[in-house]
Amino acid sequence: MSDTGLDIAMTVNGERVAERVDARTTLVDFLRDGLMLTGSHVGCEHGVCGACTVRVNGEIVRGCLMLAAQCDGAKVETIEGLSDAGEIADLQAAFEQRNALQCGFCTPGMIVAAQDLLKGGGVPSRDTIREHLSGNYCRCTGYQAIVDAVESVAKARAGGKT
Amino acid sequence: MKIVEDSSPVLTALDRPNSYIGRAVPRPNLKRLTQGRGQYVSDVNLPRMAHVAYVRSPHAHARIVKIDKAAAEKAPGVIAVVTGAELAKVMTPWVGVLTHLKGLKSAPQAPIAVERACWQGEAVCAVIARTRAQAEDACELVSIDYKELPAVTDPETALDAKTPVIHAAINDNLCFERKLDVGKVDDAYVSSDAVIETTFRFGRHTGVTNEPRSIVADWNEGEQRMTVYQGTQAPHMMQDLFAKHLNLRHDQVRVVTKDVGGSFGIKVHTYADEMATVALSKLLKRPVKFVADRIESFVTDIHARDHRVRAKIAVQKDGTITAFEIDDLTGIGPYSVYPRTSGIEANQVVNLVGGPYTCANYRAQARVVFTNKNVMCQYRAVGHPIAVAVTEGLVELAAAKIGMDPLELRRRNLIADDAYPTQSASGLKFEKLSHHEALAHLDAMMNYAGLRAEQMKLRQQGVYRGIGFASFIEVTNPSAAFYGVGGAHITSQDGATVKLDAQGNISVHSGITEQGQGAEAVLAQVAASAFGVPIERVRVVTGDTDNTPYGGGTWASRAAGIGGEAAWQAGKALRANVLAVAGAMLQAKPDGLDIRNGIVVDATTGNERLPLEELARVAYFRPDTLPSGVQAELMATRHYVPRGWPFAFTNGIQASYLEVDVDTGFVKLLKHWCVEDCGTIINPQLVDEQIRGGIVQGIGAALFEQCLYDERGQMLNGNMADYLVPMAAEMPDIECGHVVSPTADSELGAKGAGEAGTAGAPACVMNAINDALRPLGAKLLVDMPFTPGKILAALGKV
Repeated sequence: MSDTGLDIAMTVNGERVAERVDARTTLVDFLRDGLMLTGSHVGCEHGVCGACTVRVNGEIVRGCLMLAAQCDGAKVETIEGLSDAGEIADLQAAFEQRNALQCGFCTPGMIVAAQDLLKGGGVPSRDTIREHLSGNYCRCTGYQAIVDAVESVAKARAGGKT
Repeated sequence: MKIVEDSSPVLTALDRPNSYIGRAVPRPNLKRLTQGRGQYVSDVNLPRMAHVAYVRSPHAHARIVKIDKAAAEKAPGVIAVVTGAELAKVMTPWVGVLTHLKGLKSAPQAPIAVERACWQGEAVCAVIARTRAQAEDACELVSIDYKELPAVTDPETALDAKTPVIHAAINDNLCFERKLDVGKVDDAYVSSDAVIETTFRFGRHTGVTNEPRSIVADWNEGEQRMTVYQGTQAPHMMQDLFAKHLNLRHDQVRVVTKDVGGSFGIKVHTYADEMATVALSKLLKRPVKFVADRIESFVTDIHARDHRVRAKIAVQKDGTITAFEIDDLTGIGPYSVYPRTSGIEANQVVNLVGGPYTCANYRAQARVVFTNKNVMCQYRAVGHPIAVAVTEGLVELAAAKIGMDPLELRRRNLIADDAYPTQSASGLKFEKLSHHEALAHLDAMMNYAGLRAEQMKLRQQGVYRGIGFASFIEVTNPSAAFYGVGGAHITSQDGATVKLDAQGNISVHSGITEQGQGAEAVLAQVAASAFGVPIERVRVVTGDTDNTPYGGGTWASRAAGIGGEAAWQAGKALRANVLAVAGAMLQAKPDGLDIRNGIVVDATTGNERLPLEELARVAYFRPDTLPSGVQAELMATRHYVPRGWPFAFTNGIQASYLEVDVDTGFVKLLKHWCVEDCGTIINPQLVDEQIRGGIVQGIGAALFEQCLYDERGQMLNGNMADYLVPMAAEMPDIECGHVVSPTADSELGAKGAGEAGTAGAPACVMNAINDALRPLGAKLLVDMPFTPGKILAALGKV
């Protein structure tokens, strides 16, 4: 499909990348297949499961509902970049400690979504946490451990005890 | 950090210094997953790897008249277009039968349909291309002429004389039938005070693993060897099947299973498209990758639970249950799934109904029929959600009928805690269960009396809340009785190898697999405890048929109980071997020594004698300094299979508290409780999270999930926007409690915990909804899932 190829450039996890992509290539396919950033997962490819959640220009998006070409000039952050930067280290530690993941396939998207809630500050209620994560499907945990982990990090960041 | 640790394990021989048994140790493999550094099969990329996409039948039943692949073959990036007839030359077909399910029959199934497609979604042609997108593009160019055939879609009429037979070679649409008649059911009806009868229906649903089924097959023509990267629960089983149907030896097939994005029974079966992918790799002599997309998952991942159960209970005024009777009918698609068969779920329903109770009169009939829908097979808690919902639904109906509290009625009928060993009316053998202790624990934990008072008070304000219960038993730790005796090459034993490295660390190699349930943590805990090192010094290796002892993998809640015991025994064996070397080095008797915290110590005083690092250094690098005749054996393998009991039954009881909005029909889940007895608890956090996750899957069945088909066999809601799954906002917090009755079949005493949640939750939710609506005179809700529409209909509002 070279006749529909587009040259795009963006910053991904702080690195500048310039690639030629098919117009139809989704952001998550570009990240996974083009850049080998396999931490963002593909679960449903129609915007329901949230496994492909990444950050574009500071906002979380579904990597399967956005085209790579739409990210020309954007700043994209994935689980790999957020991990290496240390921004979500406390969330990751809480997920590990609380066993808030089993198969782990939803986890990168879940943590990116949780960080989106927590970066606003304050200690959200459990209902608010559940509501914010309601676009991220987890088949394993039943969600309670995830809510516990996110709540404990919110409290810790606010200076309270976990 | 709220970590539930509400029960201490029973420590006997396990009570070693530095024991990790019974501790909520974090899993060793989590960090890579939280950082996005896991390796799922969908992440695997190999040199020369091609991608396959399948053209799938749009019809539920059709003759394949002609396949024209010329245009597809010329499409950009296409490497090959392969039909079923062509692939049949590479791989032999299979038939999903087991000899111990007497009379069970099925038809040969090919990796890609040959001549006839039998369900909507069956692969009819393969397109292999450089990228998945190119393969999908070319699929559009494959031109297939179909002659549509009549589709059998209603199990109720599948056996009627005028219904077409799907497979002419097997004469009718009956796959399997079982009848059981124990005690005197008819006499019980005559002498009872009440007989209650209803028909339960269970929606056909599916696993919806977050990672779809994925496989990369790599045939190396130079080595004459197949390496398969597969998200599977049972690598050795798959090794056997790939070898068998490609006519290879086991040693020519390696199955590698790294991270698996959810399985729940979905990934323990033979899928035609995965078999085809392996065959295509052999045909094309290069790696081929197949990752199901979500739509493909809905029409090809096994479905489960499509059962209709007519059921009856007889009860006396004093609450004594005198009879259970069921007639189960289930439609399993056009083939019995290989190699576990599609007769097991109905067979389990027959086995399990009435299981927690003393009632000796039981009659059952189950019929399993073929239909032209996607295949059904074993999914988490196989048969249990149906049997438990039928039994517990009947029990609560009986309680309501005679005006007795539902917990009290259970107290009067549950098998007494001191009655073991015993068996159920259906013949299930129970070593030790704890129904009454579990019930008492639950009663206190949920403050049942307080909730009833709250419920009554709120009713007067027009708020309709319900409380529902479900006692249950669960099959775990299966012996060969499950599959092996029926002729399947599915091992019930498992092996573990523990070895000492040259720095004094150990690794555990096990035949069980990690599906996210925490199997690797359990192995590390058990091996560290048995051998005597800090858990940080244990590395776990699973999911590789080249590098693990032969084992069954993960299914039927067997990993901890069977694989864990093998690791325990192997750890003990290596400790003995290491102490023999230490004894030689220290001129001490080995039985006067122990290994604690990575150091050989004097067993009685605990005085440190020799660090493992030093022992390993000498044994590996200066064996010349050991006394003559001393040969260090620093690797030990042990295998384990339960022999005392065919299955280690667990038991428990769940409760649901919910509120029904009688104007909208929506159900709000307020709280859920579960008290469970899985024997020795190796890791309380992992057990509780298995229970919670399992409960939420069961809630999905009760409230949301159903694969909807029209009368032509077309699935109507094969996407995640239309097929609803439980999401965070609707789920309740779940409180877990435990009773601990270890099995004496193993030293660890651990039974399985993976499916209890799913077994009991649908029944609980059903009973709670009916309890909520009972004062309104609503019709009984016994047709899962309980959607708002059904609830409003039961209330007579629509």
